[in-house]
Amino acid sequence: MLDVLWLIPAFPLLGFVILLLAGRRLGEPGSGFLAAAAVLGSFAVTVAAFFELLSMDEHHRSHVVTLFEWVPVSSLRIDMALLADPLSITMALFVTGIGFLIHLFAIGYMHGDPKFSKFFLYLNLFVLSMLMLVLGENLLVTFLGWEGVGACSYFLISFWHTRDSAATAGKKAFVTNRIGDWGVMLAMFLGFQAVGSVSYSALNAGAESGAISSSTATGIALLLFVGAMGKSAQLPLYLWLPDAMEGPTPVSALIHAATMVTAGVFLMTRMNPMIAAAADWAPQIIAWVGAVTALFAATIAVAQTDIKKVLAYSTVSQLGYMFLAVGSGAFVAAIFHMVTHAFFKALMFLGSGSVIHGMHHEQDMRRMGALRAVMPITAGTFIIGWLAIAGVPPFAGFWSKDEILLFTLASSPVLYAIGLITAILTAYYMTRQVIMVFFGEARWESHAEEHGAHGDFKPHESPAIMLFPLVVLSVLSVLGGIIQLPSFGIIPKGLRHRLEDWLHPVVAPGEAVISGTAVYDAKVWLALLAIACALLGIAGAVLVYGKRRIRAVEPQLLADGWRYDAAISAFMGGPGRRAFDAIAWFDAKVVDGAVNGVASLVRSSSGAVRRVQTGNMRNYAGIVGVGVVLMLVWFVILRGVL
Amino acid sequence: MVAAATSAMSFPLLSVLVFLPAAGALIITMQSRRRPEYAKLVALLTSVGTGALSLWALRNFDSHSGGFQFVSRHPWIESWGISWHLGIDGISLFLVVLTGLLFPLAIVGIDPHNDDPGRDKPYFAWLLLLEAGVMGSFLSLDLFLFFVFFEIVLVPMYFLIGGWGYEGRVYAATKFFLYTMVGSAFMLVSILATVFIARANGLGRITFDLIELAEGASFAASTGRWLFMGFAVAFAVKVPIFPLHTWLPDAHTQAPTAGSVVLAGVMLKLGTYGFLRFGLYLFPEAARWSRALWLTLAVIGIIYGAIAATMQKDLKRLVAYSSVAHLGFIILGTFAFTSQAITGSVMQMVNHGVSTGALFLMVGMIYERRHTRQIAELRGIQQVAPVFAAAFTVVMLSSIGVPGLNGFVGEYLVLIGSFLTARWWVVIAATGVILAALYLLWAYQRVFHGEPDDDNRSFPELRWREGLTLLPFIGVIVFTGVYPKPMLERIEPAVNSLIEHVSERTGYVEPQPAAVEIDVDHGEGE
Repeated sequence: MLDVLWLIPAFPLLGFVILLLAGRRLGEPGSGFLAAAAVLGSFAVTVAAFFELLSMDEHHRSHVVTLFEWVPVSSLRIDMALLADPLSITMALFVTGIGFLIHLFAIGYMHGDPKFSKFFLYLNLFVLSMLMLVLGENLLVTFLGWEGVGACSYFLISFWHTRDSAATAGKKAFVTNRIGDWGVMLAMFLGFQAVGSVSYSALNAGAESGAISSSTATGIALLLFVGAMGKSAQLPLYLWLPDAMEGPTPVSALIHAATMVTAGVFLMTRMNPMIAAAADWAPQIIAWVGAVTALFAATIAVAQTDIKKVLAYSTVSQLGYMFLAVGSGAFVAAIFHMVTHAFFKALMFLGSGSVIHGMHHEQDMRRMGALRAVMPITAGTFIIGWLAIAGVPPFAGFWSKDEILLFTLASSPVLYAIGLITAILTAYYMTRQVIMVFFGEARWESHAEEHGAHGDFKPHESPAIMLFPLVVLSVLSVLGGIIQLPSFGIIPKGLRHRLEDWLHPVVAPGEAVISGTAVYDAKVWLALLAIACALLGIAGAVLVYGKRRIRAVEPQLLADGWRYDAAISAFMGGPGRRAFDAIAWFDAKVVDGAVNGVASLVRSSSGAVRRVQTGNMRNYAGIVGVGVVLMLVWFVILRGVL
Repeated sequence: MVAAATSAMSFPLLSVLVFLPAAGALIITMQSRRRPEYAKLVALLTSVGTGALSLWALRNFDSHSGGFQFVSRHPWIESWGISWHLGIDGISLFLVVLTGLLFPLAIVGIDPHNDDPGRDKPYFAWLLLLEAGVMGSFLSLDLFLFFVFFEIVLVPMYFLIGGWGYEGRVYAATKFFLYTMVGSAFMLVSILATVFIARANGLGRITFDLIELAEGASFAASTGRWLFMGFAVAFAVKVPIFPLHTWLPDAHTQAPTAGSVVLAGVMLKLGTYGFLRFGLYLFPEAARWSRALWLTLAVIGIIYGAIAATMQKDLKRLVAYSSVAHLGFIILGTFAFTSQAITGSVMQMVNHGVSTGALFLMVGMIYERRHTRQIAELRGIQQVAPVFAAAFTVVMLSSIGVPGLNGFVGEYLVLIGSFLTARWWVVIAATGVILAALYLLWAYQRVFHGEPDDDNRSFPELRWREGLTLLPFIGVIVFTGVYPKPMLERIEPAVNSLIEHVSERTGYVEPQPAAVEIDVDHGEGE
């Protein structure tokens, strides 16, 4: 099965090509089902590959399939090659699995859209790119996918491109990501110079053996992290992600929550030996950026009123947790949280999509409320997602977040405190969202007229094709923790650390060892502390938004995202633009002005000579042209060139 | 030259590549004024024939050889050592093919905007003469012959811009002509000086033959540097390299669409090609000596061109400035002196021709429909012409350098190869990829996104003829992005022998990255 690894990306490629040629003819819902089937095909192959890998000896769980030589010049030999190992297959499993569910959801959500088939064309192209990203055997194949998902993200964010905000958001995402791509490119160049290859095996082997010096490894690790900051929306490059909510909601779920934005975390994990070989301050930078981003985004989420914006800032915050884990050497925990986050965040994004669908494209939570009665399944599944992200046991998010916090405490108490405060805020803003959307009084009836509904405006539950993915994802959000349970007394030995054992061959060089430390021994108490924090956050939000015992504190500064985005925009539109204008002016007036100046100088000083000559450019050129033809004739006839 | 003797017996392929379009031009001028439609037919037949022959050259090209192939050599002015010496190697091969394919597409794809069909005749005649000149320039292995072709090219382009251009055409055409003429004057002086100095330094006789001069003559360092600079000025104007670029936006904007396509597609490459073929090959010491200057100007061009492009209000001017940025990458790679970088540069010459050629075609199609190139007057075109927008998107992404498309491979090779010898220049040059996304996506948003207003609501969708013209461009863009190997393996041997030549003459050692033994078990074959 591993030899036909190429089948995994081949299915969405085939889907893309068919939709490109016959998408409009397939129409609705045919093109949607075709796209979904393509992703399901990939999922099936991935599952088969997973079991084959599982049946192999732990040290041999790595298989390379080379398709062809891609960029071979002299000492640079880059293959179009795929790598099956525990990490890539784990990624491919949830990309295709969740991808399939979101495709199904989208068939319902995009119903009636005039560009229905085009949407699935982009979606298949995205899945193809994402699979190349995770399955790549070298940095360049990953970069192919990396840029591919970026391009698809651009297409899909600006899918409703007649809306200026959507078009702007798409462009912003692409350009911001390109800043990160600059880092990835330079990391590749440094790596090539150091080991003569950009393949993961060569780079990581070089890092482990010491062939790559510590300073080079630091450079490579941090440059890759620049790329990760762009793709995974970390400070200071996060600001494209909240705007990306302009895209259709299935896009937000697939690209901007579950898969693409985790690519940075994946890349850091893939290159974990490089981080281990780097100077000590390199992972500390990563951890700090992650922690600060987690807290920063969580504070913004507290004051958002758009149902999707809350989830977007929450995603930024949760990605911050993952980088906190990466920087603390907890690569397994990072991947674990990536997987559980994919479950519950995709669930909640799709849930919000179901709400938006049922509310006739209303996204303002202040106009919702009490929706649990009209949308019971959406509400029920969303509540499961909420419990998972808030860190309530035994839901999936609790286990993964707890493991990250455990490793963080082992590396730095300050970072742990930031992580814990973020956990409280997370529980708080998610509870606020659940209450504002599903509980309390119904605030939507008063706005019926604005939607042209003439009084009969009534939210409705979504169709089955949209609810099915919600139910599956909610089951996963409940049970997801099972893949990596800690070694608590009451948990059976066979269920502990499954993901860690599975990923061990990949992450061993970089993974921090904390067993035996005082922190590790206190893990049960720390888990209880984390639960207490979650409950504190929930209780706080219930008092403010449910019971209304405390006035809500939602400062405008937080609603504006600390005005960071506005400041950047003001800079780009102000001094930035003026500087660009100045260069364009310089070009027209100074550089070209000098040229014209010389020309007019020559013209005025050659007035005397002018009388001798015609001064007519055309005459000169015409004579030259005739001469040329004569010369060619002379060649042919007299010299017999032909 | 054994190769010359044998190939002279067989079909004179390269000579035909030059003469066929020239003959077409001649036939058109001799045609009756009353039947202008024949002009296009003749133009089409001869340019398609030339294109087919260039493909035949590609097919029969020996990819293992780094030397010149299909060589054709006949004495011309024997007493001066001037000969009709044509040859093709990996560096010129794809430029010749690009020339062969671009002209018929430019002829089919878009008509000159004439009110008077009688004026078609000179239009096609000039276009074909231009093709002959460009072909000759890429094929010449004799300095005098090269100079002749290099100059011939100016004439038809001058008339195309001046005769079929837009509102500011006279200014643009004159500027283009004078600017490049001044550059060429330097080259002419350098050519003559090179020949005479070479006679006194090792050759003992007068010859204009490129190979004899490069292999046989040796110049004192200071002499070589002066001679090199003479050539360099002519090439730098042609490329164009900052700050000699300002003729380009005017010429591009004012030229008729076919003129812009050819100008961007192949004519600018005469400069970058000239640097490789004549600059580095004849004067390796001087090229090494002056590399910091060229690398710096290249990087300035990349950033400066991109910023200037961002602020343009005219779509065609924007594409013109993007050329300044893209050609900066080519110069960067040329003066990095590594196999990857120069191979990337050669590839990028072709890539830029394909993607910018297609962009100019599409801007021309927009102008045909809307009679404006002002970005501010266009809006929401994707809504009314989605296929047109899709084609534009693919070409745009190629120009931005998205992997999987051709532009990326060349740019990547230039950067990774240059990193080995010019690290800090690359660090700055790589920011150019951010700016490229900025100016193209911003322009795309303003032209294609948004709700179409009244003027743009009836924007016609891509027509069949236009689609068929763009299809080869898009095919090449995707194919060379996914599978560049056939192209790279033909370019590389010629590049390696050029670098070897530089090494022999200057003692330069091409740095190689450290190779690490990999002892990781892939578990293959289990």
